[in-house]
Amino acid sequence: MYVKLSHGGGAKETRELIEKIFLKHLKNELLSNEDATIIHLDGKFAISTDSFTVNPIFFKGGDIGKLSVAGIVNDLSVMGAKPLYMSMGFIIEEGLSFEELEKIVISIKEEAQKTGIKLIAADTKVVPKGLCDKVYINAAGIGKVIKEGISASNLQEGDVIIVSGPIGNHGAVIMAHRNDFDIDIDSDCASLWEAIEPLLKEDIEIHTMRDLTRGGLASALNELSQSSNVEILIREEDVPIEDPVRGFCEILGIEPFSLACEGTFVMSVPKKDVQKTLDILKNQKLTQKAKVIGEVIKKGKQGVYIQTLYGSIRYLEEAPGELLPRIC
Amino acid sequence: MKMNLSNKDIVLKAKDKLIKKVEKLGRPIKIMEFCGGHTHAIMRYAIDKLLDGYVEFIHGPGCPVCVASMDRIDLAIELAKMPNVIFTTYGDLLRVPGSYRKSLLDIRSEGHDVRSLYSCLDAIDIAIKNKDKNVIFFAIGFETTTPPTAVLLKKAKEMKLKNLFVVSNHVMTPPAIRYILNAGISHIDGIIGPGHVSVITGMKIYKEFDIPIVISGFEAFDILKSVNMILDQLINHERKVENAYTRAVTEEGNKEAQKLIEQTFDVRDTFNWRGIGPLPKSALKINKDYEMFDAEKVFDVKLPTSKEHPLCICPKVIVGKAKPTDCKLFGKLCTPENPIGSCMVSSEGACAAYYKYQRVELCM
Amino acid sequence: MCLAIPSKIVEILDNNIAIVDTMGVRRKASLELLNPKPKVGDYVLLHVGFAIEVLSEEDALESLKLFEEILRYEDELKQ
Ligand code: SF4
Repeated sequence: MYVKLSHGGGAKETRELIEKIFLKHLKNELLSNEDATIIHLDGKFAISTDSFTVNPIFFKGGDIGKLSVAGIVNDLSVMGAKPLYMSMGFIIEEGLSFEELEKIVISIKEEAQKTGIKLIAADTKVVPKGLCDKVYINAAGIGKVIKEGISASNLQEGDVIIVSGPIGNHGAVIMAHRNDFDIDIDSDCASLWEAIEPLLKEDIEIHTMRDLTRGGLASALNELSQSSNVEILIREEDVPIEDPVRGFCEILGIEPFSLACEGTFVMSVPKKDVQKTLDILKNQKLTQKAKVIGEVIKKGKQGVYIQTLYGSIRYLEEAPGELLPRIC
Repeated sequence: MKMNLSNKDIVLKAKDKLIKKVEKLGRPIKIMEFCGGHTHAIMRYAIDKLLDGYVEFIHGPGCPVCVASMDRIDLAIELAKMPNVIFTTYGDLLRVPGSYRKSLLDIRSEGHDVRSLYSCLDAIDIAIKNKDKNVIFFAIGFETTTPPTAVLLKKAKEMKLKNLFVVSNHVMTPPAIRYILNAGISHIDGIIGPGHVSVITGMKIYKEFDIPIVISGFEAFDILKSVNMILDQLINHERKVENAYTRAVTEEGNKEAQKLIEQTFDVRDTFNWRGIGPLPKSALKINKDYEMFDAEKVFDVKLPTSKEHPLCICPKVIVGKAKPTDCKLFGKLCTPENPIGSCMVSSEGACAAYYKYQRVELCM
Repeated sequence: MCLAIPSKIVEILDNNIAIVDTMGVRRKASLELLNPKPKVGDYVLLHVGFAIEVLSEEDALESLKLFEEILRYEDELKQ
């Protein structure tokens, strides 16, 4: 069966789609038939919203459903908040098969279970063929802040920069697929709460945490440098990059630092807390390849630098808007 | 088994050695790396910085994107704007601004079908899948990139494709080297010759030149090895062509590829290079046997009169007469996101490479 | 693009197409420019999706070693 325009019409067929696919897997006590869901909150909360589009919608290591949940969970987690609730809106292209849609919904369910985040509001719309690329998901999440003070503008001179794992896997997997390449790695797409929670509970002075998404490590570090007005130096040989990602970058002439990640983050802590942080990260499956990659060298000026393998230093520029292969 | 040829120790050791040799010679030297791939490697490994004060690298005109003249980019844009066309080309050519600063990416955002290809043969699939459209492949590149286009033309003929067309912008290395050596450009002590061009052409095309030329691979150690060989020649007062890339380059080159080029292309009387101007017998056009695929013959497009930005000094940068940092627009009005001249576009372009890998002096 | 790393042929398909592997990334490459044709296991140099030359792995490793030797030899001369 395929999603038809009439499935978005609001009548019987819409209910059928919702019952057969969405409620079948995502039903919980809070997801109701009302116009809005009512919840009780008390304390400090973090809210985040994000829209997800990816081509292909199924990729090595995940799909757009998993990506959406992980994306929301990660945005909340790196702000020191325990993910609690989320809402999701689906824009579905006419012609998407029920089978594919159900697969996506199941991975939403499975990914949400890992963190315990609950879907408490949802919506679907169907658009005519060609007006969207299979399915887009907009998600918003809310989480309870359990550790305060983590901020992109809180990098301090002398802070040590840690990356939670190898960079660029998601970007490489997606671009490889589009170029008809076959690559020996999975996307890093994952919910990071399970890795971040122990850090928040421990007595560690976390100054900054940021998940690497579009633009990869290069863009994240440049944003941090700007927000905190600091200079950051990283060392190329310390940045974890897996061989297939390296190979992929060589083939197309692009930089691994600019490739997207979907389950990897950077953080900054004062020197005294580095060992403790690494011990915790290395104990978690998702972050066992965590590494110190550099330091905040100075406050008062912006800039991100990278020391090459041979000791010389250059700028690490923000990623370009569209990665195009070099020809020569 | 994997071949991993980067080796930090060798590179650092070689660096000391090279510096000693330059000291022995008694003066710093200037080396032109012809090919954009080498410019990229030198910047990426910051080899210029390793040898700062001893060896100055001058970036040559070997980046095919950078030497594509404004009128060729305008031609590309006009072709891409024709109705019912799928316009295809390689990677970062899409970013090069033509007249009025419009690039192929801009044309794409205006709704025209412009695509970047990894291999030119992908154009065949696109043509088969889109029988009702004219598919144009805008071919750029030096001798290395020409044989693939030759294969494309042959296949198009075999398959009797009626909706696939090619624009040849293929250029040749020797005329450009000849130009640089004759142009009285700031004294060059030696040339690092292109690696993959030489894989195709062989060493024989460099015989005519009276200057140390060393053909190099693309790893850091390859480049240092080539600098080492140039230095040895200078110390011994020699001027010869040497091969530091023997793992890939032979005397005769790839004969199969040469044959394919001969079968499909003729030499143009003259061709415009960005930054250099018209160079006689420096480029290739599609020959008579394949003219039904020659977009320049099939389509009749009017070109605007092209206009370069008056302050852009790309022409000088491309031939090594000026450094990107000499340009008033560099890094201010002209950046990789918003390029004004072609040298800022391709990451092999001297301005872009400089911008990206600029030297940073840190007081630590 | 001037890919510095050699790629290994892992499979040869019809129509002069091979599957090549570069550090764990596999993709199609045309063998149209090579004569004689390479075989599975050979290392080739790639350019815009075409194999342009067969490399011997020995030669590649050799060239690195040779360079090392030059450095060493010159050191000895100095002493
Ligand atoms: S910096 Fe820009 S404007 Fe100046 S020479 Fe380079 S490309 Fe031209």
